[in-house]
Amino acid sequence: MPLRLPRTARSLAMAAGLATLAFSMPAFAKDVTVTITNFAFAPKTTTIAVGDTVTFINGDDTIHSVIADDGSFHSDGLDTNDKVTFSFAKAGKISYHCGLHPFMKGEIVVQ
Amino acid sequence: MTDNSEAEPRKLSRRHALECMVWAGTGVIWTLSGGIPKSLNLLDEAQAAEAASSNFTFLQISDSHIGFDKEANITAVDTLNEAIGRINGLAVKPDFMIHTGDITHLSKPDEFDDADQIIGSTRIVTHYVPGEHDMVDAGQGKAYMDRYGKDTWGQGWYSFDQNGVHFIGLVNVVNLKAGGLGNLGPEQLDWLQKDLANRPSSQPIVVFAHIPLWTIYPQWGWGTEDSAQALALLQRFGSVTVLNGHIHQIIQKVEGNMTFHTARSTAFPQPSPGSAPAPGPMIVPAEQLKGLLGLTSVNYVVGQRDLAITDSTL
Repeated sequence: MPLRLPRTARSLAMAAGLATLAFSMPAFAKDVTVTITNFAFAPKTTTIAVGDTVTFINGDDTIHSVIADDGSFHSDGLDTNDKVTFSFAKAGKISYHCGLHPFMKGEIVVQ
Repeated sequence: MTDNSEAEPRKLSRRHALECMVWAGTGVIWTLSGGIPKSLNLLDEAQAAEAASSNFTFLQISDSHIGFDKEANITAVDTLNEAIGRINGLAVKPDFMIHTGDITHLSKPDEFDDADQIIGSTRIVTHYVPGEHDMVDAGQGKAYMDRYGKDTWGQGWYSFDQNGVHFIGLVNVVNLKAGGLGNLGPEQLDWLQKDLANRPSSQPIVVFAHIPLWTIYPQWGWGTEDSAQALALLQRFGSVTVLNGHIHQIIQKVEGNMTFHTARSTAFPQPSPGSAPAPGPMIVPAEQLKGLLGLTSVNYVVGQRDLAITDSTL
């Protein structure tokens, strides 16, 4: 689900009083999906740019959660088809795991 | 399915000496001894007679997962109701119950409310420990602690005595680390050491916690990282019974004076270790489901080292 807004759309958005939204989102910020299936995150490694977002979707019939190893973000329990989105404002590598099934691991590389 | 009842010997007397069993489908060898579970109905006359001759009896219920509504059992509330109906129908009421966690599926207030209402209908005192499913609210365990955390230490652990038996409820589902298993943590281990310090080795001990306190299948997180430290503290006691949930099936072993036993869920079965790609809810034909859900009853008789553990299905 790319959130690319063409220049004209951004101008329109600002004109419509959505300036905050437009400025807080770097140009070409995109959203990348990580799917949880069969007790695994896919893809295991997600590479994004600063300002992009990652959306986790639980495709299993039991719940999972997404917790950064360094504690910088965590979700509540995600039931089947629940989603959670995190944004990443700094470059670096963040490892994460499922809080219920910590053998499920993944990482996000922010470039 | 891989039927765990294969691991339950039939017609074995409770005083039966050491038995070696190969657990079907895994090649794991467990050593079993006294306190062998028997496939009796809870209302079975023999069980009632046994309960009557015991000093006291308690029941273990586990993994009720209130809120679970997927294909493996779309009515976790109904199967808990059915289990509680069995308990309410018992001729000899247990002295108390323990719930070994995953009371709810998503830690939601209405799930805790439903569980409280159904389990509360027994009017039997129930001692809880949390499962990881009871810790997934925005407060990461606040909902559980607000409800069940009174008179507990740390993140919900505690102990109490009943007829000379010392019961210890441990919490191994908080703040699980990436790649790790269940975890007790140094603060709880320190508390356990102090809790046991002045007790005579002759006092029978029952330890209960959600995730098994011995390593069953680390690939699926079925074990507790630092359980060896807890078990070392329990080593000197003549009778130690360790009761867990989490894996939704009966697995047991005996090691020295310690008997380990995991209970069935009242909500849905899970695959035997390594028998499926992942440990998710196991979908079985509707007519088989209730044979895989159940309760555990434990009788204690003064002077007998082993507590008699009886598992029954719904």
